[in-house]
Amino acid sequence: MEDILRILAAFLSTSLFATLLGLGLAVASRRLRVEKDRKVEALFEALPGLNCGACGYAGCEAYAEALASGADDDASKCSPGGPETRAALGEALGLAVEESGPRMVARLACGGGDGIAVREFLYRGYADCEAARIHFDGDKACKYGCLGLGTCVKSCPVDAISHTDDGLVAVDPDTCIGCEICVAVCPTGVMKMIPADAEWFVACNSHDKAKATKTFCSAGCIGCRICERKFPDAGFVVEDNLSRLEYTQGMGDGVEGAAAACPPKCIIKIKD
Amino acid sequence: MTYLGIILTYVFVSNLVLSQFLGLCPFIGVSKNTESAVGMGFAVTFVMSLATLITWALQRFVLVPLNIVFLQTVTFILVIASLVQLVEMAVRKYSPPLYQALGIYLPLITTNCGVLGIALISVNADYGPMESFLAGLSAGIGFLLALLLMSGIRERLDTEKVPKHLKGAPIAFISGGLMALAFMAFDKALLSNIIGG
Repeated sequence: MEDILRILAAFLSTSLFATLLGLGLAVASRRLRVEKDRKVEALFEALPGLNCGACGYAGCEAYAEALASGADDDASKCSPGGPETRAALGEALGLAVEESGPRMVARLACGGGDGIAVREFLYRGYADCEAARIHFDGDKACKYGCLGLGTCVKSCPVDAISHTDDGLVAVDPDTCIGCEICVAVCPTGVMKMIPADAEWFVACNSHDKAKATKTFCSAGCIGCRICERKFPDAGFVVEDNLSRLEYTQGMGDGVEGAAAACPPKCIIKIKD
Repeated sequence: MTYLGIILTYVFVSNLVLSQFLGLCPFIGVSKNTESAVGMGFAVTFVMSLATLITWALQRFVLVPLNIVFLQTVTFILVIASLVQLVEMAVRKYSPPLYQALGIYLPLITTNCGVLGIALISVNADYGPMESFLAGLSAGIGFLLALLLMSGIRERLDTEKVPKHLKGAPIAFISGGLMALAFMAFDKALLSNIIGG
């Protein structure tokens, strides 16, 4: 009985002690509060508060402080926030912000889902793309494709990326903020940045030669140059056995024809 | 033990990181570049000096008279954590430059095991207030030394070719282990040779 009382007393006195310390801290924080700079607060309010680091600072607050102190005079670094954030920042700073390019979103350049891309072995390790890549560059025969284990899904600050039923991932272009974190973390580099209003897309990342690509994946670009040669206005460029659509050259005529003529059908329509 | 003995003991012989293996988390985490290593080192030194002094007082005037020494660890953690928070607030209010230099590291060490470690060590060694303070100060300096050496090594490691599977933390731990081996040269025998104890 006495032991239990002792334990109870210890418990109570420690709790009381901790509560007192907590109260002391609460009072101290009231007393020692530092008035934050109004400007920093206004700028911080204007930022999306995602702390994604796309601007190159440790977080939204760090960027707001740099802007407020004048250490950084470029208010267009916040790509996630888009035009509205830039306008709000400009207003808070009292200067006009130039518009920089179209909104960019990430897109998976791979169509090699289950049953389409050949698997060399069964990977049963830790469910992370980087971990899979350490084992013979992943389980797919094509070493450029999506490993589908979702390192990008985990890294996305706005949860715009999800797993699909066929073992790949998909980016929701409406949610994507264009921070490029997924592009950076993907070990195969299969995430590409494209303009949000792009209608067509080459869904392949394979630089293998045609013969290898054909045996590895039925949806892989074989670098046949049909799109580039037969539809010169469409803006396709084939380099290193891979075709890509140059969005800057204007999504010209013939993209649709090129898509129909593409043997592996890896030029896909992504928007109506 | 003389004051010189205490300083030599906690800076070299019983270096918190390299021979007692306490506080390894900031040792690996904040040693990537020299600048942050120095900031962290001074923050830890500052907190350790204060913490040993406060915990000495707590032990001497509260725990021992009330015969509740068994609550030592838990009360020390509480006191150190609140102390660090309080110091952070005070520094933020009264010395913005110091806060810029140390402030961001202070919350990281609220319950650093190295801080608790040196508090317990100096209490168990029955030090007086001055000796406790000195032990905390020199343990902090020892930590700063270890962190500084490590950051120098890691800055050079960045440009070296390291096998992929050893990049980052693994090679840092291996380097830390080799440094600990080197620090074994500072032993009790060396200490007694120097201070004639």
